[in-house]
Amino acid sequence: MSGRLGAAFGRARAEGRAALVAFVEAGDPSLAVTGRLLPALQAAGADVIELGIPFSDPIADGPVIQRASQRALGAGATLAKVLDAAAAARGEGLSVPLVAFSYANPILAFGVAAFARRAAEAGIDGVLVTDLPPEEGEAAAATFVSSGLDPVFLLAPSSTPARIRRAARLSSGFVYLVSRPGVTGARNDLPEGLPDLVARVRAGIGRTPLAVGFGISSPEQVRAVSREADGVVVGSAIVRTMEEAVAAGRDPVPAAARLVSSLAAATRG
Amino acid sequence: MADFGRRDFDVPRADAAGRFGEYGGRFVPETLMAPLAELETAYRRARRDGAFRRELDGLLTTYAGRPTPLTQARRLTEALGGARILLKREDLLHTGAHKINNALGQVLLARRMGKRRVVAETGAGQHGVATATAAALLGLECVVYMGEVDVERQAPNVYRMRLLGTKVVPVASGSRTLKDAINEAMRDWVATYDTTHYVLGSVLGPHPFPTMVRDFHAVIGKEALAQSRRLLHGALPDLLVACVGGGSNAIGLFHAFLPFRGVELVGVEAGGRSLAPGEHAARFGPGRAGVLHGTRTLLLQDEDGQVLPTHSVSAGLDYPAVGPEHANLAALGRTRYVSVSDGEALEAFHLLSEKEGIIPALETAHAVAWAVREAPRRRPDEVIVVNLSGRGDKDVPQVARREGVEL
Repeated sequence: MSGRLGAAFGRARAEGRAALVAFVEAGDPSLAVTGRLLPALQAAGADVIELGIPFSDPIADGPVIQRASQRALGAGATLAKVLDAAAAARGEGLSVPLVAFSYANPILAFGVAAFARRAAEAGIDGVLVTDLPPEEGEAAAATFVSSGLDPVFLLAPSSTPARIRRAARLSSGFVYLVSRPGVTGARNDLPEGLPDLVARVRAGIGRTPLAVGFGISSPEQVRAVSREADGVVVGSAIVRTMEEAVAAGRDPVPAAARLVSSLAAATRG
Repeated sequence: MADFGRRDFDVPRADAAGRFGEYGGRFVPETLMAPLAELETAYRRARRDGAFRRELDGLLTTYAGRPTPLTQARRLTEALGGARILLKREDLLHTGAHKINNALGQVLLARRMGKRRVVAETGAGQHGVATATAAALLGLECVVYMGEVDVERQAPNVYRMRLLGTKVVPVASGSRTLKDAINEAMRDWVATYDTTHYVLGSVLGPHPFPTMVRDFHAVIGKEALAQSRRLLHGALPDLLVACVGGGSNAIGLFHAFLPFRGVELVGVEAGGRSLAPGEHAARFGPGRAGVLHGTRTLLLQDEDGQVLPTHSVSAGLDYPAVGPEHANLAALGRTRYVSVSDGEALEAFHLLSEKEGIIPALETAHAVAWAVREAPRRRPDEVIVVNLSGRGDKDVPQVARREGVEL
């Protein structure tokens, strides 16, 4: 297990707040922008950054991340190039933990073992594969662990107690709880019963940090989720802010950093 | 004619995880794992329940029109001058294709599970129409996702679905064809599984879909086996041929014949405009194992694992992956897969119309086209069964347009 993820959650916990997990689509609008974005988000207060690996058929994503994925692929992003960009950022002193957030097929095409080696060398800390549930992902998780990567599995409101325990057993770093049924994308409300859901999941995962995501976009929502969880994930809102900046002819990096900074402040109450 | 049929092949069954050899499985986001487990349990109980089977069989006979005949294609056989050709007439079913077998089964199951809404994807529109029909019959709300390209080229089926009270949602993402319609249907289901069943229309997707959809279509092969034995005085046909998009009509016809290695089984894919990347949907050959839409199977993809665009004149074959059971049967050498071009399929569309008075669907025309190529190479005492999976009414406007005919 990599030290960086555990340390980031430990630090937030020590400060009595949730860690802010910022999702960005790698390569959107270009890998050069991603290279500038990572240190900017770190400086803005992101505790963890999830690097979305673009895929042609992102079935778990709503329109905002679908469009970002298409833009990234159109601009030539591949899994190999994203790992190169991460390695370059580490070379320039990036210290924030990085989680690769991918669909299964790009990793299978790369080769699971080759990917794990290359990702670890590039300074990736954790790997989350959306469409690789524990049933299909146990071997891959073992490969990740042996390369020093933290496997992160997803849980959802539909997860049974047995599944919650299994996901926790296979995960290190943290467990990602999908707050509601459906695909990624900003919503105005928080799901009813989120505190109960978090309590039910916590009962099954022990001390593994729990991050909550899907539909969380505003500082108010971040503040509310921070009271329940160890980490709060914001994705589509950041991606959309960058999309809007590019459409308006502005640099998307400061726009994303401003949003992340306000979200980071919200974790502090 | 093949002999009386020696059972000399052990038909591989999916394991508990839904794997056919190295293919299949359940590669979906966590949110869908519990709904899939619920579906698997409900389906297992339903298939053992005599009342469910009787209700489905009753609908298949009194509503859908089963059994379908096995027709001797005398004039086509004569014109080709080789093997004798028989046609399994799924085109005669209500709604015009084999798809109704599965749609009735799954919508009945959805109702039994207490779901009040169904969603489906469709390419050619045949599965969409079948699902819309079953939903109307059984009183469930229905939404069908369909790629914009297919909405355009299969306009008659879009209107049919709307007549049946279904909401048709055009899909503008990706390649705007069947693949993208499945993406969108899965996105709907992941948000609505509490009230909604996803009626997946082929032997694709996460477990239990490939097994369940195959079971609902296995009636095609069971009938064809009994019918050919009657017609051939106890013997079996030498060769079965069916078109393969996802592969539901093919697996439905093949399954009862799998134990008899003496019966050759051939699936026909869309060769499209050419075999260059993006110009076809022939997965066997350039396809490599990969994960799409919840299953591990042969997939047209680039070296970075991105799914490649496909092309076929027929919307129902225009898909980059194939059912995992087909991939496994091919690996075991029990089935084989060939492709025919858009042009050959269009010629076969005309030939069958003129020789037999049967206008086939463009998907089906691919199977006919391969039989046209193969029959002359075979002896007159050999027998080929072609699965006439669907009728071509839906394709008439598109073919007329291609040929510059104003309707």
